[in-house]
Amino acid sequence: MDWMFFGEISLAGLAMGGLYSLIALGFVIIYKATRVINFAIGEIMMFAAYLFLAFAGGMEMSAWIALPLAVAGGSILGGVIEKTMIRPMLGESPISVVMVTIGIASILVGLVEFIWTADPQLLPSFLPREPVFIGELYLAPKIAYGFLIGAALLIVYLLYFRFSRGGVALRATASDQAAAYSMGINVRRVFSMAWVFGSLAASLAGVLVAATGGLSPQFGIIGLSVLVVVIVGGLDSILGALIAGVFIGWLETVAGAYFGGEYRMPATFLVLAVILVIRPYGLFGTHEIERV
Amino acid sequence: MRIGDAKQTYEADEAIWTTQTQKLWFGLFLLLLLVFPFMADSYLLYLGCLVGIAVISTTGLNILTGFTGLISLGQAGFMGVGAYTVAWLSVNTALPFPVTLLLAGLMAAAVGILVGLPSLRVKGLYLAIATLAASVFLHFIFAEWESVTGGMGGMSLEPAHLFGWSFQSDFMMYFIIVPLAVLMVLAAANVFRTRIGRAFIAIRDRDISAEILGIDLLRYKLMSFALSSFYAGVAGGLFAYFFRVVTPESFPLSMSIFYLAAVIVGGMGNLLGGILGAVFMTLVPEALKLLTSALTPFYPNAPVFMSPMLEIIFGALIVGFLIFEPHGLAEIWHRIRRFFHLWPFRN
Repeated sequence: MDWMFFGEISLAGLAMGGLYSLIALGFVIIYKATRVINFAIGEIMMFAAYLFLAFAGGMEMSAWIALPLAVAGGSILGGVIEKTMIRPMLGESPISVVMVTIGIASILVGLVEFIWTADPQLLPSFLPREPVFIGELYLAPKIAYGFLIGAALLIVYLLYFRFSRGGVALRATASDQAAAYSMGINVRRVFSMAWVFGSLAASLAGVLVAATGGLSPQFGIIGLSVLVVVIVGGLDSILGALIAGVFIGWLETVAGAYFGGEYRMPATFLVLAVILVIRPYGLFGTHEIERV
Repeated sequence: MRIGDAKQTYEADEAIWTTQTQKLWFGLFLLLLLVFPFMADSYLLYLGCLVGIAVISTTGLNILTGFTGLISLGQAGFMGVGAYTVAWLSVNTALPFPVTLLLAGLMAAAVGILVGLPSLRVKGLYLAIATLAASVFLHFIFAEWESVTGGMGGMSLEPAHLFGWSFQSDFMMYFIIVPLAVLMVLAAANVFRTRIGRAFIAIRDRDISAEILGIDLLRYKLMSFALSSFYAGVAGGLFAYFFRVVTPESFPLSMSIFYLAAVIVGGMGNLLGGILGAVFMTLVPEALKLLTSALTPFYPNAPVFMSPMLEIIFGALIVGFLIFEPHGLAEIWHRIRRFFHLWPFRN
């Protein structure tokens, strides 16, 4: 076994996993606050990446202006989705709400194909190009810098939820909606905020992932990998999302490198199946007790 | 105007046909189905066959999701199992189609039971994700088990045959698909008049209460999975005979979502709804195709926008029905019927 190769693959996988953690964080924020499983997260990422393409490629803005604009666009999209399509479903069965997000995903794919055609696109490169070495191991610069930017946002989020007023409101709503409401927290605003913040994380990750792997209307399939991450980590656990994100990213890349691309999904879904059988609520999720 | 019909026995209440008029309409409908292939052109025949297959599969998913409350994203995978069973049998044996279709259904049912096993431990969305995992694995098996499935290239098969007849044309296939669809829907309607069907509904309404009532949850959930995937397997087998080629890409995840959408748009937990949903969702893309070809002379690049429009309409239908018409087309149908029942006296 070539340890050098294994090390480099693992490193790339871990960095990719860092981005998965960021997306999963966005997913978990939305789930914690609103109990909605968002199947459209991959498509929100894709939409933001296409916005970046339009700003940086089509309108020839500097990438460092286009990136915040695209991320803002993705967050606004999340807010609009919540206001117009998720809010009316409040109190409906979780299955119905999930189907609504699947419908939204389909609408977004259609919109993107409508505006930017179905052809694969390349994002203008904006990250530094010098190869990165960690020890003796080579890491593709796009992945390395993507990881750094993603990790920076992750840390900002963690601090925000820990210390800020808005973050506390969000955590309070997540743990007991009625109590939060009676303590004067504006629960509706928390719902909107969760969707905006969740989509923001997803949007940034979307641009970063698309910058390394290219972009097409099938990009949203990455949402399935994220689904695996959040189920393995536990739907309502931020810590779980971080750890599982890194692990699943690593596993996917290693399986892809050693056995071929067609083994990536089965490998991660195998982990998912095992977790569902032995710990259905995920590694760090809350075990829900049902009462009649 | 229909006058109220008082039911005096339990049997009368449980009957599928409550009035003579209903029987008459159903008879007329069957007659129409029988005459249809002799009147229709080849395109309409093709559509008729597609709708028949979709009705069978949607009815199966309706049993599982609509009546038992177990959401499944694996329907396309189960159809694939049925299709590959039929394809393998047609290439390697000389069995006639009733046998191969039955085996396809049973094979899919066996896989369904296997997939349903986690259903006692996980439910709701977790179950949906477990079935999603199953469909990923099934796709992997279809693509990689080359000695049996032919790998990514897929398999092509012989036409269905029985007593020396070969069912090559769409016209012939229509007479397999549509009677089978009618039969299977009627069978499903009868299931819900038995203990088994009522147990499914009890599980949907509240599984814990159902268990307290003495319903063996695992057994009935697995039964629902088996029944539903049996339907999917038969539909998949018909799909294989109809297109005569099966590849791993014939049964993508989007197909599972399509059937779930058909159940929702039609009306969950309503057999008529499932049928309406299957017909509607199959015909929407075709209507859009017609519209595009009508528009092409005026807007030459209309065909370019067709596939994105289809995605948007598909999504908008799901979202729109869930928000504005959660009981689906079946509810609209009942509303229209009520209007005519009371017609001259209510305005």
